[in-house]
Amino acid sequence: MAFKKSLGSKVFDSFNIVFLLVLTLLCLIPMWYTLMIALSDKAAVQAGMVTIYPIGFNFYSFQSILGDPKFFRSILISFERVIMGAGITMLILSMAAYPLSKTSKQFPGRNALMWLFVFAMLFNGGLIPWFLTMRTYNMMDSILGLALCGGVPIFNLILMTNFVKNLPEELEEAAKIDGAGPWRFLFSILLPLLKPVLATVLLFTLVNHWNDFFQGMILSTREESYPLQTYIQQLVVSTNLQSMSQMSVEQLNRLSKMNNDSLNAAKVFIAMIPVLLIYPFMQRYFVKGITLGSVKG
Amino acid sequence: MATATSTIATQPSTKQVIRKSNFDRRNKSDLKHFWIMLSPALVWLVLFQIVPMFGIVMAFQDFNPGAGFFKSEFIGLENFKYMFELRDVRQVLVNTLVIALGKITLNLFVPLIFALMLNEMKQVRLVKFIQTSVYLPHFLSWVILSSIMLQIFGYNGPVNAFVMDLGKEPFSIFQQADLFRGFVISSDVWKNFGFNSIIYLAALAGIDVTLYEAAEIDGATRWGKLWHITLPSIQTTIALLAILSLGSILDAGFDQVYNMYNPLVYSTGDIIDTYVFRAGLQQLDFSFGTAVGLLKSIVSFVLITTGYWVAKKTVGYRIF
Repeated sequence: MAFKKSLGSKVFDSFNIVFLLVLTLLCLIPMWYTLMIALSDKAAVQAGMVTIYPIGFNFYSFQSILGDPKFFRSILISFERVIMGAGITMLILSMAAYPLSKTSKQFPGRNALMWLFVFAMLFNGGLIPWFLTMRTYNMMDSILGLALCGGVPIFNLILMTNFVKNLPEELEEAAKIDGAGPWRFLFSILLPLLKPVLATVLLFTLVNHWNDFFQGMILSTREESYPLQTYIQQLVVSTNLQSMSQMSVEQLNRLSKMNNDSLNAAKVFIAMIPVLLIYPFMQRYFVKGITLGSVKG
Repeated sequence: MATATSTIATQPSTKQVIRKSNFDRRNKSDLKHFWIMLSPALVWLVLFQIVPMFGIVMAFQDFNPGAGFFKSEFIGLENFKYMFELRDVRQVLVNTLVIALGKITLNLFVPLIFALMLNEMKQVRLVKFIQTSVYLPHFLSWVILSSIMLQIFGYNGPVNAFVMDLGKEPFSIFQQADLFRGFVISSDVWKNFGFNSIIYLAALAGIDVTLYEAAEIDGATRWGKLWHITLPSIQTTIALLAILSLGSILDAGFDQVYNMYNPLVYSTGDIIDTYVFRAGLQQLDFSFGTAVGLLKSIVSFVLITTGYWVAKKTVGYRIF
């Protein structure tokens, strides 16, 4: 089939490979670059000399992080929040997806509930009513608050519901004949079959909780309750953006002498590691989970 | 066997009735369990999504946190009138629309082109490697990505060092109002094109191979196959994604803009969500912030619902 490729076809293939590899590098380089900054000498970083390899290679940044209790506190908060949030979400969504996958004949009221969920997914009261409600619930400075404040991740719930609907109905009939009740069926038969979609939803939930800075920012009344991303946002992003708009270039230069970009890069790099460790291994699941769960008639 | 069947056949009524009523009772007790299974999700939904919706009344009040919802004065549509009189708000709306439209269009076509190119590549392991790599930025937060971009494009970064080497003024893209929207749009496309290509790649994988084989026998070129087989086969997917993405026309991406903008680029970079945040939570004008947010929610709701409806009518798409 492929034995007589035209010249144009070969040229295209080579161009294609090169182009796609460049795109790939474009997605990998920022992370590589952060690591290089973290491993470089502070002065070289400030002079803008560091590009794709470290200059003045050293581990000072990573060493000095070890003595930074604020950083570790925020990591701890993030971990607690991710575990609590993902645990609650997975349990509640798995329990809800099964009854919602029934037809309205098998479970009267199912359609109304489904519409209620969809409505809440598409419409919300906006930021301020949400914030005031959270404050009324006393969700400030609390890890439980961070775990719950986003509400039900309805898109994920629908993804799971559709996945369950795609399974053959005979499964449940067979289980019933063998005497399994709904709980037994849910936990012993259904959940193991939902592996791809559970992995997908778990990944999305973990990443969402890990990556959130905003809820962490407005639900914290003091620095001590910042999760990691909020901590980095305040330390690196917010400081930089504010100083840019308020200072002259000379002032900025003076400030940057005091900032430690290398140290900041090390923190940013550490914040990326959990994501790097998780998603590549979930890849085959989430590709399957997305494509199967999102298209259902 | 024959006798058994005939026994059942001769006396159907009682047995069937017994069976049916057992089944009914079984189903009825199932219903109770269904509600128990659903109740945690429902409680969560009501407390964290439904209850906040009642806060919308603030948009029609001159809300005073000390007095609360019940004692604050109702002022009708004052907040909305005020909103349309502000020149800020008009600019914010324009910024939001330009950024969101740019993202919608490019996030539709860039992943498509990427998926088509990747689909032409036959080196399986390399394809896998490329896929894993391009998914990466999608999973990183805007806080992380923005801090990296500040490092690259800020005053200490290699880009500015290069510009200064050329003997030009110090340069930071974060301060250029005229470049800011383009910067926001392109960095968003960069972050998400890989992930957005998943749906396209799945659609491409679903195309019947025999179509291509038949076309080859008929002497079709690669270009011809792309044009006459590949694109027609996935046009429904493209149309569906296009229709559904229109609902995000007022969603320019809070997390991204908030982590990239600063007062120097408000003129082109301030969007509805950042405006609501500043008006509502920083200047503590709860009522006004709620009103702007509500308008956005309503318009988005109408657009998304229309999108779903069109998708259902045209390609039979259903959300659940």
